[in-house]
Amino acid sequence: MISYILKRMGQSLVTVLLVTLIIFVIVRLIGDPTHLMLPPEATEADRDLLRQQMGLDRPVLIQYLSYLGALLMGDMGISYRFARPALEIVLGALGPTLLLASSALVLGVAIGVPLGVVASIRRDGWVDQFAKVFAVVGQAAPPFLFSLLFIRLFAIQLGWLPTSGYGSWKNLLLPALALGWYSAAGIMRLTRSSMSDVLDSEYIKLARIKGVPERVILFRHALRNALLPVITFISMQFGVLMGGAVSVEFIFAWPGVGRLIIDSISNLDYTTVQAAVAVGALIFAAVNLAVDIVYAYVDPRIRYA
Amino acid sequence: MPDTTTALPKLTRRPAEPSVTVLPPRSRSRYGARVQLLLALAVAIVLVMLAIAPGLVVQRDPTAIALGATLQPPSAEHWLGTDQLGRDMLSRVVYGARISLFVALCAVTLAGVLGALIGVTAGYLGGVFDAIAMRVVDIQLALPAVILALVLVGAVGPSLFNLIIVLSLANWARFARVTRSEALTLRTRDFVLLSRLAGASRIRIILSHIAPNVVNTFIVLATLDVGIIIILEATLSFLGLGVPPPQPSWGSMIADGRQYLETAWWICGIPGLMLMVTVLSANLLGDALRDWLSPTASRNW
Amino acid sequence: MASDIILQAKSLTTVLRTASGVVRAVDNISLEVKAGRSLALVGESGSGKSMTCMSMMGLLPGNGRLAAGEVFFKGRDITKISPREMQALRGREIGMILQDAMTSLNPLFTIGEQVGEVFKFHQGVTDKAELRRRSVEVLEKVKIPAAEGRLDSYPFQFSGGMRQRVSIAINIALSPSLLICDEPTTALDVTVQLQILKLLRELQKAQNMAIVFVTHDLHLAAQFCDDVAIMYAGRIVEAGPIVDVFARPAHPYTRGLLKAVPSLESYKRPLTAIPGHQPSLAKLPPGCRFEPRCAYALDVCRQQYPDWFEWEPARRCACWRTADSLDGTLAPLHGVDQPADAPQRVRPPVEIQLARPGVGAAA
Repeated sequence: MISYILKRMGQSLVTVLLVTLIIFVIVRLIGDPTHLMLPPEATEADRDLLRQQMGLDRPVLIQYLSYLGALLMGDMGISYRFARPALEIVLGALGPTLLLASSALVLGVAIGVPLGVVASIRRDGWVDQFAKVFAVVGQAAPPFLFSLLFIRLFAIQLGWLPTSGYGSWKNLLLPALALGWYSAAGIMRLTRSSMSDVLDSEYIKLARIKGVPERVILFRHALRNALLPVITFISMQFGVLMGGAVSVEFIFAWPGVGRLIIDSISNLDYTTVQAAVAVGALIFAAVNLAVDIVYAYVDPRIRYA
Repeated sequence: MPDTTTALPKLTRRPAEPSVTVLPPRSRSRYGARVQLLLALAVAIVLVMLAIAPGLVVQRDPTAIALGATLQPPSAEHWLGTDQLGRDMLSRVVYGARISLFVALCAVTLAGVLGALIGVTAGYLGGVFDAIAMRVVDIQLALPAVILALVLVGAVGPSLFNLIIVLSLANWARFARVTRSEALTLRTRDFVLLSRLAGASRIRIILSHIAPNVVNTFIVLATLDVGIIIILEATLSFLGLGVPPPQPSWGSMIADGRQYLETAWWICGIPGLMLMVTVLSANLLGDALRDWLSPTASRNW
Repeated sequence: MASDIILQAKSLTTVLRTASGVVRAVDNISLEVKAGRSLALVGESGSGKSMTCMSMMGLLPGNGRLAAGEVFFKGRDITKISPREMQALRGREIGMILQDAMTSLNPLFTIGEQVGEVFKFHQGVTDKAELRRRSVEVLEKVKIPAAEGRLDSYPFQFSGGMRQRVSIAINIALSPSLLICDEPTTALDVTVQLQILKLLRELQKAQNMAIVFVTHDLHLAAQFCDDVAIMYAGRIVEAGPIVDVFARPAHPYTRGLLKAVPSLESYKRPLTAIPGHQPSLAKLPPGCRFEPRCAYALDVCRQQYPDWFEWEPARRCACWRTADSLDGTLAPLHGVDQPADAPQRVRPPVEIQLARPGVGAAA
């Protein structure tokens, strides 16, 4: 198992590195930040001078290598918009985004797994029908649409919750629900089909033959086996949630990385964009790695391979 | 002749037990699934017709501004109301359908063909090509599609053409991965081995043996992908980095209507509803296709 | 004696809801097994053998339902008892060994946990050390070497033969009175097959178990079982003591099965197969279900389902031409090439011997 972990870590590192390279190249295409940094009446010569000072006139490969070097020491450049280290700004916005994404994921699991389990036990029952509708609707609309729907319904019409802001659980609820519905739908479908497959398996038959009580069969024998693919699925969901968080943060004025990326792109603040995407990729890789390790621990076939 | 005794033993006879009568099945659940499929198909056909010939349904110019008739609720004059610039919502929604479907179809086709080519070749050839291809796939999958698309569009600027390219680039890896695993399992099948023994070139094997068997999975994946791309495009348009104005896109219409959420909710609601119905029917069609074409396929994609 | 009849099924009927309609997977099955004896349930796939076993265990799939009949276990009708009571019987008094050894153990639990569960749930044992002790004891009964160390292994670390032994251990742990074996050796190598069968025979003797042995392999049935019931398309077509049935088969289907089995004594004869295949359970004819494939069929066979013809010792056959078959006047009527009717002779049950002594430690 140790070798498995090391191999996975190596793969993640390579992937993250390549991601930084690609983002670096793409972001170079965004535009010339010197327009932002100098007052409008600055001349072209002034801009050239600034470019030289910033190192923007060197060949791209050299720029990348020095960027990489700085990266390894934790230096991701200065944000042109805020005149502060980009990493600092990104880390500041990271907390809210992680809070939002993990709340959405928790909601997704808390709703999706029980719903999927009950739906699989009584197939075609009314819980199953409801779950199917829930899943189908959840996968038919983007998070931003749900955000607007919830705002209209719960904030404006019913007045139960605020329309935006950051601070209390009341601010968290609507964004987390809007973001999490899609994940809950996918998790529910997977749990249902996985549980159905497990319940039809030979080893569950043997457990019944043994005379094990049905409740124990469901929650100890079947569920543990059925949740294995769900664990992997959850790690995939994290990426989807981070993507969805962009529009949800935008609508709810949630001070997270998603909103930061949008603002930085429109302001040509490319260091911040680079830093945000690099940090995001790192986190995503870390989450994947953690989930893979959990999975390897839970499944003895990998643990002792 | 038999060498055991052939003396007939004393036989007693009794009639066989009658079989229980069985009633024919009611097949209620199959009926429900069929209705769903037909509905989805009907919606899809209507949408495609609207996209191809919007002029048949709407007479008004979707970009015609009429500042005297802004924010009107649905009425006999404007069946779906007007937006903040007095434009007719019905025609905007219909023309928006055309744009969204066009973009989605192009992007899915591009991503699908690119992804499938890479995936099948990587799966069949293996080795270095496979290793490199899979690392690139990992990279694309490591970045959430929205973020990757945002950055790309931010870099190259919003235009319809750029949008399609960007959407494809953010989406091809899914096809690559699935087709690769199909190709891997096919590679060891007997009919492929026989082909190699007969001396067929690798390209020939890929094209005439592997590809046709992968087509089923590909079709299912592509249909399901249409919904995903429509959602992605709508998100980008909502954030201002999708279909450039003045062309109507459901996403940008929803963005416009955001400030009128309380007063003129239909500016958000109508395109939102259209979006959901479209994606819903694409998903239902994809599921039905999957059940029909490859009932044993993995359900994770 | 009626007192030692362990299992008795009377007109057991099970229906299944399938895509092609409601089918009678098990149609009026009546059978009986006494303590210490074994009954072979023989038939092609789809004849209803496995479904009969599942029906008797009360483990029908979601689309299945017991439509008629009773099953008596030690005189008690188990089709009428509550699921809880049935649960208590299963594992303690009735065991079942499944066909596919590779998938019948839960991959996420250790062998010790899976074996220990029978003691936990049927005898209320909670002390870990005690559970381990009893588990080791029962694993040793099925001749698994170094059992103590194996308790913490996972199924994937075992071979197919070993897994089947664990499965057997789980089932016989509480000395059940009835053991149902659903093709327990079909998925195993031939050498392993012999060992498993020898093991089952010893356990049967030691615990005086009644055994129902489902198989499609006539040789195995002949060597292992005392009685046989031949199933076809959901019904029993012939039954009786196995030596007598194989020595003097009455039903054309049985004759066909026996002729299709190659043996050293008849190696000069060409192999014959029964032409055609089983009818679909959704479209059964009103008359005899074997009639389309039968070389001896008369008109009455097509029109009316055959009566039971019974004779000593405990033989019965559902065929209109039973009398002809028994006195040797049965001749093929339809254009199927049949060699001269020589009833196949099969050796009486013998002790199962390994080819060479000392060969074959536990698989």
